[in-house]
Amino acid sequence: MKKEEKIPREKILREKKKQDIVSESYLQTVMRRFAHHHLAVVSLVVVALLGGAALLAPVIAPYNPDDIVGPFSGAPNREFWLGTDQIGRDVLSRLLYAMRISLLVGIMATLISTVIGVVLGLIAGYFGGVADMAIMRFTDMVMSFPYILLVLVAAAVFKPGLWNIILILGFVDWPGIARLVRGNVLSLRETNFVKGNIVAGMPLRHILFSEILPNTVAPILVYATSVLALSMLDEAALSFLGLGVQPPTSSLGNMLNGAQSLTVLTKQPWLWIPAGLLIVVLVMAINFIGDALRDALDPNSRR
Amino acid sequence: MGLGKYIIKRILIAIPVLIGITIIDYAIMCMAGSPLEMLQGPRISEAAVEARKIALGLDKPFYIQYFVWLGQLLQGNMGYSIKSYQPVSEMIGSHLGPTLLLMGASLIVSLLMAIPAGIYSAIHQYSKGDYAVVTFSFLGSSIPGFFMSLLLIYIFTVKLGWLPSSGMTTLGTDGGFGDVVRHMIMPVIVLALSMAGSNIRYIRSAVLEILQQDYLRTARAKGIGRFKVINKHALRNALVPIVTVIGMEIPVLFGGAVIIEQVFSWPGLGLMTMSAITSRDYPVIMGVCLLSAVVVLAANLITDILYALVDPTIQLD
Repeated sequence: MKKEEKIPREKILREKKKQDIVSESYLQTVMRRFAHHHLAVVSLVVVALLGGAALLAPVIAPYNPDDIVGPFSGAPNREFWLGTDQIGRDVLSRLLYAMRISLLVGIMATLISTVIGVVLGLIAGYFGGVADMAIMRFTDMVMSFPYILLVLVAAAVFKPGLWNIILILGFVDWPGIARLVRGNVLSLRETNFVKGNIVAGMPLRHILFSEILPNTVAPILVYATSVLALSMLDEAALSFLGLGVQPPTSSLGNMLNGAQSLTVLTKQPWLWIPAGLLIVVLVMAINFIGDALRDALDPNSRR
Repeated sequence: MGLGKYIIKRILIAIPVLIGITIIDYAIMCMAGSPLEMLQGPRISEAAVEARKIALGLDKPFYIQYFVWLGQLLQGNMGYSIKSYQPVSEMIGSHLGPTLLLMGASLIVSLLMAIPAGIYSAIHQYSKGDYAVVTFSFLGSSIPGFFMSLLLIYIFTVKLGWLPSSGMTTLGTDGGFGDVVRHMIMPVIVLALSMAGSNIRYIRSAVLEILQQDYLRTARAKGIGRFKVINKHALRNALVPIVTVIGMEIPVLFGGAVIIEQVFSWPGLGLMTMSAITSRDYPVIMGVCLLSAVVVLAANLITDILYALVDPTIQLD
């Protein structure tokens, strides 16, 4: 008892903190490192708020986004916070629904391309040989297209619309993930725990999905956030050009489409600036979160 | 392996990739339906459409059309535009100049921003300046190019009236150097800023890695001073990531130019491509896709060769 009393308090605290770091779980480590990145924490709050607003659009939107409720091209006022558009629909309500659509497109396209990329990467990396050759050459082909050109051609060829955009972006964004997974699988295949599984005669499905995949989840997650940001930008660009989500459904991109007309661009900034700013804020927040995740999930980090 | 042998090997690998790309292109476009649908209307008879279809070879199956196209291509004939009847190679030739001008200027401007910013940021890691640069770089890669274009037009054309917002020269004049430069400023800023974002982060992390190398520790230990360490030892090695950045940018530029040219009505390949896409002018679209694929593959090859020249420790295989 006496001995313990002699140890200064600070030292105990320091020891305790060290103990905490040693004994904390992987998830705690990741969260602690993530919290270091202040901008990312702010971004997480922003994305959560905007995502929540998008999800709750039917509840919180002041008007039905497709209803004509006010004057044509009315400036923002107390009744219509962000004004009304060319045919008298409430801009704020349309913006909330547009965010829903843009997030939906981004998330679905990211899911599709991640699944394609992971499956192709696993097959190429694990089996090697002809499968690897064929898959990697195909990946090269998709990657050698100027990306936007491919998306534009596909969007023009298949009728533009919500689900076609999701599918096109999903089928174009996977090569990066496929390469990443393949590289990881190649190095994991040489590790002892995977070799041990092979020697023990574990079924292939178990080795691929229970041993190899969990060990590549972190880089996939980081990459997926950048795909999410990119596909939201692409949706915006396509819809802006009129090749994406079609009106009357609003998306952040097609709300900017009106700014191609000179009157809207010069005299009615409330019709296009909020939608553009929202894209910038969302994409930037997602990018910051991805950046912080990269640092937090990095096994070589010593923080 | 010698450099010459390596180049030949890489070109041989590129050929099947290129052929694959043309097949994918062709397949996508054939799924789209006939370009003649655009011609149909009350004024054009069924029989005339049918005759045109046969004349263009559109009545034959997909793979035969593809081989006809490929055969002509090998003879140097890229086909004729369905819409304007001009040879595709001629159309590409006449629109290539403005696009190359725009792309070249943007690439140079983006490197002029990204190289100093990336190196500064790496040397002053975790300082206020570093945070500012990194935050700016994220902003650059998060703004959609078309939105930045609209903002610039709103500020510099509508509000201030300083810069023209469309075309390459003022209508009714023969242009001249100064006029073209004034038309270029905004599109170049947009393209350069959106590229600079990712370039800054790439160069920053590459330089950070270089700064941790043993040879720099040695250089520092010699006590030759911070300035000399960075300028004589670090920067020379930073050439490798800069070469990579240039290689990565070329396909991005090719694509980015499509949208930016559309917004600023810049009379280049992008504008031509967009109008070909909306009118389903297949031979033109095929020509542009082929050209861009060749450019991308060539850029990859040149990057790898430059790599070998800049960094003698890289093995060619």
